[in-house]
Amino acid sequence: MRTADAAAGQSRARPLWLAGALAVLALSMVAGLLGGAADISPWQVVAQAADWLPFVTVESGLTPVEQGLLYELRLPRVLVAAVVGGLLAIAGAGYQGVFRNPLADPYLLGAAAGAGLMTTVAIVLLPQLAAGIPVAAFAGAVGGVFLAYALGNTAGRSGGTSTLVLAGVAVTSFLTAIQTFVQQFKVEELQRIYAWILGDVGGGWEQFRLVLPYAVVSAVLLLLHGRMLDVLSVGDEEAVSLGVRAARVRFAVLLAGALATAAAVAVSGLIGFVGIVVPHVVRRLAGGSYRSVLPLSLIAGAAFLVLADLAARTVIAPAELPIGVVTMFVGAPFFVAVLRMTRRTAT
Amino acid sequence: MIGVRDLSVRLGEREVLTGVDATVRRGEWLAIIGPNGAGKSTLLKAVMGALAHRGEVDVGGRSAATLKPRERARLIAYAPQTPALPPDMTVFDYALLGRTPYIPYLGRESRHDRDVTASVLDRLDLAEFAVRRVGELSGGERQRVVLARALAQQAPVLLLDEPTTALDLGHQQQVLELVDRLRRADGLTVITTLHDLTLAGQYADTLLLLARGRAVACGEPGKVLTEPLVGEHFDARVMIEPGPGGRPVVHLVRGEP
Ligand SMILES: Nc1ncnc2c1ncn2[C@@H]1O[C@H](COP(=O)(O)OP(=O)(O)OP(=O)(O)O)[C@@H](O)[C@H]1O
Ligand SMILES: [Mg+2]
Repeated sequence: MRTADAAAGQSRARPLWLAGALAVLALSMVAGLLGGAADISPWQVVAQAADWLPFVTVESGLTPVEQGLLYELRLPRVLVAAVVGGLLAIAGAGYQGVFRNPLADPYLLGAAAGAGLMTTVAIVLLPQLAAGIPVAAFAGAVGGVFLAYALGNTAGRSGGTSTLVLAGVAVTSFLTAIQTFVQQFKVEELQRIYAWILGDVGGGWEQFRLVLPYAVVSAVLLLLHGRMLDVLSVGDEEAVSLGVRAARVRFAVLLAGALATAAAVAVSGLIGFVGIVVPHVVRRLAGGSYRSVLPLSLIAGAAFLVLADLAARTVIAPAELPIGVVTMFVGAPFFVAVLRMTRRTAT
Repeated sequence: MIGVRDLSVRLGEREVLTGVDATVRRGEWLAIIGPNGAGKSTLLKAVMGALAHRGEVDVGGRSAATLKPRERARLIAYAPQTPALPPDMTVFDYALLGRTPYIPYLGRESRHDRDVTASVLDRLDLAEFAVRRVGELSGGERQRVVLARALAQQAPVLLLDEPTTALDLGHQQQVLELVDRLRRADGLTVITTLHDLTLAGQYADTLLLLARGRAVACGEPGKVLTEPLVGEHFDARVMIEPGPGGRPVVHLVRGEP
């Protein structure tokens, strides 16, 4: 039977893409660990990475100072970049599925504006308390999404997506207005506020431990909903005919996406473009089913941000570029290139 | 199998259906006909459970309102008139969506689900399209893919909204014959809307003529497809004569130049 064969071929392609993406991620992480230091070889990095694993002992030949540099500075940085990139990309993919709109991104529902406002308030009110920033950003992101969701559901038909998007736009501009107003009170903190907005993944192990539990929970929740997002892509009415309550699926995905976004924003600021560009590239290359788009976005997003951070650290070394500048500067042309490469008949 | 009693539907400010009654027995084929905007699609959607309505709908002797969405989806499959097709999805993945009511909420499909989907695609001549993207198909191919999704649902009731509009002659016949075979072999109950009155008269046991949201005639094809009824409600000049099997054939009559 030709169909069965073809379908089998189709499902074989998925593990292949996954394996390919994981290989790219591994290479990016090695590159991220290497980044800059001239006298460390890639093999030493790989050996050292293996040595860090539990139950494995490998002699990498690195000096204790080099080992400390890798372990205390580079490794947490690479890991935070990977987690943040993966979260933003998978949350973006989930939002695009929920809104059936390829332009949806994780910041659409007020997460960014809420986090921006709360962080600004925290910096203005308690400039000494740096540890409070992730908490404020997380609370602000969750609060922004909650506000948009509540507004969207009271203003329009319950569960509809277009009112939700409009509510997100309204909440975003409203909270941004307040944020701009608040930051005028402490002009001397402006640079810190902007530095936060442009993103930073150099927070170290502490930030990694902070983000990890939320990352695991939200990513697993999103990954589990791949098939349901495929069902949603045929529209609410047809989803009903297939026995699916669309509003319920949407709520679960939005919740998981908001959690992922809030966790990412809390430890890294507002890194743009990852959440929208990565799922698109993935969809172009590996097809439109969310069952592949979600896991591949997670992995590709991680690899993308690790490489972006590498570029941010090395391009004008010893100074650093803000990582958000790199994602936008490199991301845009890369995106256009992929679009051109895989140009298809109008969709 | 399907009973509709005193069904009324409001959409926005308008009452789109008013007091419609209909009964379809197991293995029977009901065709809903009527002019554009008469409420044919609305009737199908109300039976399928996607619209709030007044009046009663029962499925297999149970009130539809008491069925859980998944239970209902195992009883009723639906192919819409204007389906939303995700352009990047493959034909196979799309048809597989029809198996949704059998797959646990967060689970994945079984071997059996894939086999059912593959055999439905084969029966609709779509095997060679399985790995193509839905966005890259012709209008008629899309329509058959949507039908494949509905058939993969393996429900005892099949609601098809204009299943043949985009199909060439041969594929119209293929689709209608397939549905006809399924209902004879498996006792499927079929409700379709059809704009081609002759085809509706050929295949359906019963025709229901809707006009402005009301059922104005219901019965055997010969009783509903009459020159006065069609002429009045479609605002058309037609000639109707007995055709194959004694079923009526509807011709449009050209006006004087
Ligand atoms: N969401 C809606 N809100 C308000 N009115 C609607 C809505 N959907 C459909 N209608 C109206 O309800 C009436 C019946 O629509 P329906 O789609 O059932 O017609 P139909 O008989 O299927 O027509 P066609 O032959 O063109 O497919 C139409 O007049 C239409 O304008
Ligand atoms: Mg219609």
